[in-house]
Amino acid sequence: MSVDISTVKRVARLARIAVSDDDAERMTGELNTILGFVEQLNEVDVTGVEPMTSVTPMAMKKREDLVTDGDKADDIVANAPATEENFFLVPKVVE
Amino acid sequence: MTDLTKLTIAEARSKLKSREFSALELTEAYLGAIDAANGVINAYVTVTHDKARDMAKASDARLASGQAGALEGIPLGIKDLFATEGVHTQACSHVLDGFKPRYESTVTSNLWADGAVMLGKLNMDEFAMGSSNETSYYGPVVNPWRANGSNAKLVPGGSSGGSAAAVSAFLCAGATATDTGGSIRQPAAFTGTVGIKPTYGRVSRWGVAAFASSLDQAGPIARDVRDAAIMLRSMASVDAKDTTSVDIPVPDYEAVLGKSVKGMKIGIPKEYRLDGMPAEIEALWQKGIAWLRDAGAEIVEISLPHTKYALPAYYIVAPAEASSNLARYDGVRYGLRVPGKDIVEMYENTRAAGFGREVKRRIMIGTYVLSAGYYDAYYLQAQKVRTLIKRDFETVFADGVDLILTPATPSAAFGIADQDMNSDPVKMYLNDIFTVTVNMAGLPGLSVPAGLDSRGLPLGLQLIGRPFEEETLFQAAHVIEQAAGRFEPQKWW
Repeated sequence: MSVDISTVKRVARLARIAVSDDDAERMTGELNTILGFVEQLNEVDVTGVEPMTSVTPMAMKKREDLVTDGDKADDIVANAPATEENFFLVPKVVE
Repeated sequence: MTDLTKLTIAEARSKLKSREFSALELTEAYLGAIDAANGVINAYVTVTHDKARDMAKASDARLASGQAGALEGIPLGIKDLFATEGVHTQACSHVLDGFKPRYESTVTSNLWADGAVMLGKLNMDEFAMGSSNETSYYGPVVNPWRANGSNAKLVPGGSSGGSAAAVSAFLCAGATATDTGGSIRQPAAFTGTVGIKPTYGRVSRWGVAAFASSLDQAGPIARDVRDAAIMLRSMASVDAKDTTSVDIPVPDYEAVLGKSVKGMKIGIPKEYRLDGMPAEIEALWQKGIAWLRDAGAEIVEISLPHTKYALPAYYIVAPAEASSNLARYDGVRYGLRVPGKDIVEMYENTRAAGFGREVKRRIMIGTYVLSAGYYDAYYLQAQKVRTLIKRDFETVFADGVDLILTPATPSAAFGIADQDMNSDPVKMYLNDIFTVTVNMAGLPGLSVPAGLDSRGLPLGLQLIGRPFEEETLFQAAHVIEQAAGRFEPQKWW
C-alpha cells in the first residue's frame, strides 16, 4: 500500500500537525519508503496466531477504590502556557 | 591526587567510605570536567551545579554518620526523559519548552534515596526517537571516540547518546538511559560502555516520558559490568505507580560477578548472520563465542526464524503507540504554545513548531496505521508477528538455552550528518536490527564492549536472557569483559 499527498494531508489533520504543501510532498515520499519496508510482514503466516496484548503475562494490578491523591491544582497548572485561577486557558471553543 | 573522574562507581564507593576524598571533591571533579568538555561533546543539556553540590554535601554528612546508601556520593547524569522535580525535563524536544515537573520519576527517586548525586540532564534524540542523537532539539552529541588518524566527528548512537558519551568521556560516573528498540545497547556499543535493557517490568516507567509504552524500559549505561550491576540494583524496584511493574524482589546483581559460566548453554542464532555484514563484526562474534567456550560454556546453534520481521513490526507498533502517547503535547497543559485562529489551529501550529522531523514522521505513520480501514492490515498483523517473535525465544529457552550471544550493532559508530543514513529513514532504522527483537519480546539484553575495529572504534556484543534473569547476563558479560579488557577513548576534547 502507498499513500498520496491528499492522504498525507488527511493524516496530518488527524494528528493535529500543520503541514505546508512542501512538507506534505516530502512526507509522502518518506512515508511510502517506510510503508514499503513494513510490507514484508504480509509474507508471514499468522493463521491462528493471537495478537500480542501484553509482553509479560501478568494480571492487571488493582488497588482499593479510595482517594489517595489530589488537592494539587497549583502543581497541575504550574507548567501551563496560559492559566487563570487554576484553570487552563484555551482559545474560545463554543461561540 | 589521581583524576577522580577516572574511578569506577565501585572504586569511588570504597574510597568515599574510607574517606580518602569527600563526595563534594568527587562532584567538583566531575563538574569541572563537564564545564571543560561540554562545549565540544554536548552531552549535557543542563548542568545542575548547585543541586549537585548540595546533594554531595548531604552525602558527606551521611558518610560521616555511617548512614551511607548504596550509591552514596556517586555523581550521575540523568537522561532528559526522566522527570526531575524543578529541573529541565524536555525529552530534548522543543514542544516541552520550559517544562519543569513538580514530581520526581520513580527511577531517580530510587537513585537519590540511595545517596546518588545529580550532575545534570543528558542529551538524547527527541522523545527517544533516533539512533544517532541527531534528532535532539539541542543539537547532536559528539562521540568521544574518533577513528585512528581522523578528526571527523562521529555519532555516539542513540537515543541515549548523551548518556553513553558522558559515561565514556568521564563526565559522570554512570548514567540513566532508556531503550525502546536499542537506545541503551546501541550507544553503549558505539562508545565502549556497558548498557543493559532489563526485562520489561523490572524498572518502573513512572515519570519517564512515554514513547512506546509496551516497549520502553529504563536501564543504566556504565563504565563496566560491575558498575552497571550496581546501578541497576538501585534503579529497579517494585512500583505500585506503574501497573506493568512486576512484583519480583530486586536481587543483588553484583553478587554473581566472578561466578563461572561452566555448563551454561549459549545459543548462537543463525538468523543474525546478515548478508553484507562487515567481516569485523563476524570476527568479533567468533571471539565472543571462543571466550565463552573457553570459560566452559556449551555453544549451540539456534534458530529464531522470525528475526527479520522484528524491525518492520517495530516500525508499526512503536509509531502507533507514540502517536497516541504524544497526543498530550497540545499547547494546553505544558510546554510550547503557538497561537492560531481557533483551538484546532492552535494545536496544529503548536505541534508543527514543537516536534522535529523524525517525531512528526513517526506520529504520521502511527496515525495512519491506526486509522479506520488500516488497523487490521498493519497494527493487528504486526501484533500477531510480535507473538511469533516472542514464541521463537520461548522455544529456544524451553530447549535449555540459558543465554543468546549476538553482535550488538551491524557497524561501528558512523559520522555526524552521514549522507547515507540521513537520506533514507529505513537505513537509520537498520541500526537496531540486532537489538529490537529483545524489546518486541520484553526480554533483558546487555551490550558489553568486546574489541576495537581496524579504525580503532569500539564494537559491542549483545547477550539476551530469559525474562527476569538479568543476573545470568551480568555473569556472562563479566566473563567477556575479563577476556576483552576495557576500552577508553583517547582524550582530544
